[in-house]
Amino acid sequence: MEIEKLKAIAKEMRVDIIRMLTEAGSGHPGGSLSCIDIIVTLFFSKLRYKPDDPNWADRDRFVLSKGHCVPALYAVLAKLGTLPHDELLSLRKLNSRMQGHPDRSRTPGIEASTGSLGQGLSVALGMAMAGKTMKKDYRVYCMISDGESQAGQVWEAAMAAPKFKLDNLCVLLDYNKIQLSGAVRDIMNLEPLAEKWRAFNWNVMEIDGHDFGAILKALNDAEKVKDKPTLILCHTIKGKGVSFMEGKWEWHGKSPNREEGERAVQEILARN
Amino acid sequence: MAGKATRTAFGETLARLGAENPRIVVLDADLSKSTMSDFFASKFPDRFFDMGIAEGNMVGAGAGMALAGMIPFICSFATFVVGRFEQIRMSVGYSRANVKIVGTHCGIGIGPDGYSQMALEDIALMRSLPNMAVVQPGDAIEAERAVEYIARHDGPVFLRLTRQNLNDVNPPDYKFEFGKGVVLRPGRDMTIMATGGVVGNALKAAALLAQKQVDAQVVNIHTIKPIDRDLIGRVAYSQGKILTVEDHGIVGGLGSAVAEVVAELGRGRVKRVAVEDYAESGDPDGLYKKYGLSEDNIAAKALELLHD
Repeated sequence: MEIEKLKAIAKEMRVDIIRMLTEAGSGHPGGSLSCIDIIVTLFFSKLRYKPDDPNWADRDRFVLSKGHCVPALYAVLAKLGTLPHDELLSLRKLNSRMQGHPDRSRTPGIEASTGSLGQGLSVALGMAMAGKTMKKDYRVYCMISDGESQAGQVWEAAMAAPKFKLDNLCVLLDYNKIQLSGAVRDIMNLEPLAEKWRAFNWNVMEIDGHDFGAILKALNDAEKVKDKPTLILCHTIKGKGVSFMEGKWEWHGKSPNREEGERAVQEILARN
Repeated sequence: MAGKATRTAFGETLARLGAENPRIVVLDADLSKSTMSDFFASKFPDRFFDMGIAEGNMVGAGAGMALAGMIPFICSFATFVVGRFEQIRMSVGYSRANVKIVGTHCGIGIGPDGYSQMALEDIALMRSLPNMAVVQPGDAIEAERAVEYIARHDGPVFLRLTRQNLNDVNPPDYKFEFGKGVVLRPGRDMTIMATGGVVGNALKAAALLAQKQVDAQVVNIHTIKPIDRDLIGRVAYSQGKILTVEDHGIVGGLGSAVAEVVAELGRGRVKRVAVEDYAESGDPDGLYKKYGLSEDNIAAKALELLHD
């Protein structure tokens, strides 16, 4: 039941992502489509969040460190009602709140301004530290990409979280294995990736990032871990849901034209 | 008189404010004994976080804490913390995070450690961010009052502090007014605008000038951003000639800030005294002489400007 609901929402979100990017004429479909199942599961089955009060002090926080994939987050915030749905098509346009990368001062529901890769996890870390210091029970989720894991600051934050025993921090790593100009293993290999995080003293889980049941279970399991932050290594497919985008680095940062967009939407709607 | 370093006044004041405001938290990058955030750490260990030698992460974590409602003071040597410019730009400035960036050991006044530890480009960088205030006290009293103000100020601030002890230039009942320059010595012929650790040198230079029948006004610019446009305008229209003095590189600091205002007014002249090279190790007085921040060089530059 729950899984069917999430599946249906994710499908709807994929359509919104493609429509937004087609209308915008630029943007990042590949990574938005690879992470959407995770974000949908988080927001619709887990996150303590009031759509009409996005600044509620006790909310769980979600920081999208891979900021270029913000269309996925806008789609979800619109579905929840934090953003009006008809605003989605103003993505990347002048005077729009739908900035090309997340801007927390302009857009309700955006927790941190990101888009310069490698920085969001530090901000999430600070939110988790503040939660512990103020003895609040909110949780902080942060989504990072594989490409951005090449940035040293990610590992500075990775080193710090276990020191402060941040069991209220959960990182979702969208491991779609492709970055802007090629395969991650060719640009700058991250492997052995799970072992790296384990060596940094994190609780590490490894799942299929398109399996809603597995995502939900991992999120639930992460909550039970004490005194340690959790990293969920989510194996995903770049461009997931649109056959001509799947696994293609060319679709990292290129928006579909009208014809491609329509083909993509029809395919998403036709798939189970 | 031995005087006191502005970093010490900062540390003592922050430890006092910590008792009054539970939202204040302090982050440091393994330099708490030098930045003097140690005073706070020993009184409030639960609100002090040593982030290790990882300043980029410290900037982001500070931003996250601010966005969650706390008032973080993030501390390191000014060159190391401001060196994480892009993190400050994104996670603090652009995110409108209420983070107080505290940079100690500014300028060549630190002496023997040499260029790598001397912040000489930090004002230029911080001044370029739209919502970032830049404050540099000229003595311990001013540092104390500035820290009290900054804790209340809503928005990001860069506070620039000295390693070396400074003699008082302000009276004990001094009141800090954000954004307002302070006339320390009135004078008719020209104005020396100074900031930070060299304000005392500017006053000494004015005394030297007095011996040569030049009556120089000395103004302490503790708030470099927002700069006191009214005061600069008054001086530009009345006296016309302004000499700026700072322990910072010659590009982008106080001198640039003053020159920008004067250029837009189309009235007055500005001459800048600042550091013009990568500097080096040495004793602070010797460095001030070699790089032009000693009182006799300031006086000489003032005369050049006056007679130009």
